[in-house]
Amino acid sequence: MNEITADVIIAGISIFTAGLTMAIGSIAPALGEARALSDALSAIAQQPDEAPTLTRTLFVGLAMVESTAIYCLVLSMIFIFANPFWEHFVSKAGG
Amino acid sequence: MKLSPDDHILGWLGPLPINATIACTWLVMAILVGGSYLITRRLNDSVRMSRWQNLLEILVSGLNEQIRQTSRQEPGPYLPFVGTLFLFIATSNLLAVVPGFSPPTSSLSCTTALALAVLAAVPLFGIAQRGLFGYLGEYIKPSVFMLPFNIIGELSRTLALAVRLYGNMMSGSVIGIILLGIVPLFFPILLQFLGLITGLVQAYIFAVLAMVFIASAQAARNDRTQNPGD
Repeated sequence: MNEITADVIIAGISIFTAGLTMAIGSIAPALGEARALSDALSAIAQQPDEAPTLTRTLFVGLAMVESTAIYCLVLSMIFIFANPFWEHFVSKAGG
Repeated sequence: MKLSPDDHILGWLGPLPINATIACTWLVMAILVGGSYLITRRLNDSVRMSRWQNLLEILVSGLNEQIRQTSRQEPGPYLPFVGTLFLFIATSNLLAVVPGFSPPTSSLSCTTALALAVLAAVPLFGIAQRGLFGYLGEYIKPSVFMLPFNIIGELSRTLALAVRLYGNMMSGSVIGIILLGIVPLFFPILLQFLGLITGLVQAYIFAVLAMVFIASAQAARNDRTQNPGD
């Protein structure tokens, strides 16, 4: 009963990798965004007149940084919900 | 669990499946076109104007101001394209709170179509502004060896545009579904509010990035006119 088949291994590795992807993939963009945000805040504090330009540039830059985290999210969603290896094995086993 | 509204097929139009993405895109288009027709049918320039005309004027002048600040040019030729992108994405993201409406921006096919429109618009605006060879010459600057990298950069930023919008909207709906299963009371509502803010910010970012890409295809010429000795 408790034998470890290939699809169990695939499921385990997929879930583990999804968690790892989200962990690493959210730490790094968070650090980068925090740095950009703090620099933008000090720039706004020094030059309040330039606040609209700085805010717009900050938004665009944050979106660029954020997209790496989004890639990781999409990837982990694929690992969990639409894993191609998993579906290959399920289609083989289910016939 | 359905990750994408593409899988949710509502009906068949001959051999073509009509999925939720297409239907919701048509709905948003109908709302935008019908709404603007109804509002612009009775425009007046007196002080007493209708509430809806006021809303539309705020929208158009706000978009004009944003485009002017982003590209440092007159917004005339860019307003139809960039404004349409913003209004379409913002409307479909805001309608995400309506039950039964699955926002088309949470499907990768819709966001890819929007990003392809940007990919096509950048050379079109660039050629219109600088001529065919002037625009194509940008690809072999600073040297001819940069040609493949410039092309890869063009394609990868299109991919990034599509995946960014898709990931943001898809994650909102998926996290909403998961939270509904875990904590059905009150907490999903807060996340819906967060999703509304995210949706508006994403629409803004998509439009501003499109404008930045279009403006960057024309930047070299403006530099040259400012520094004629170059």
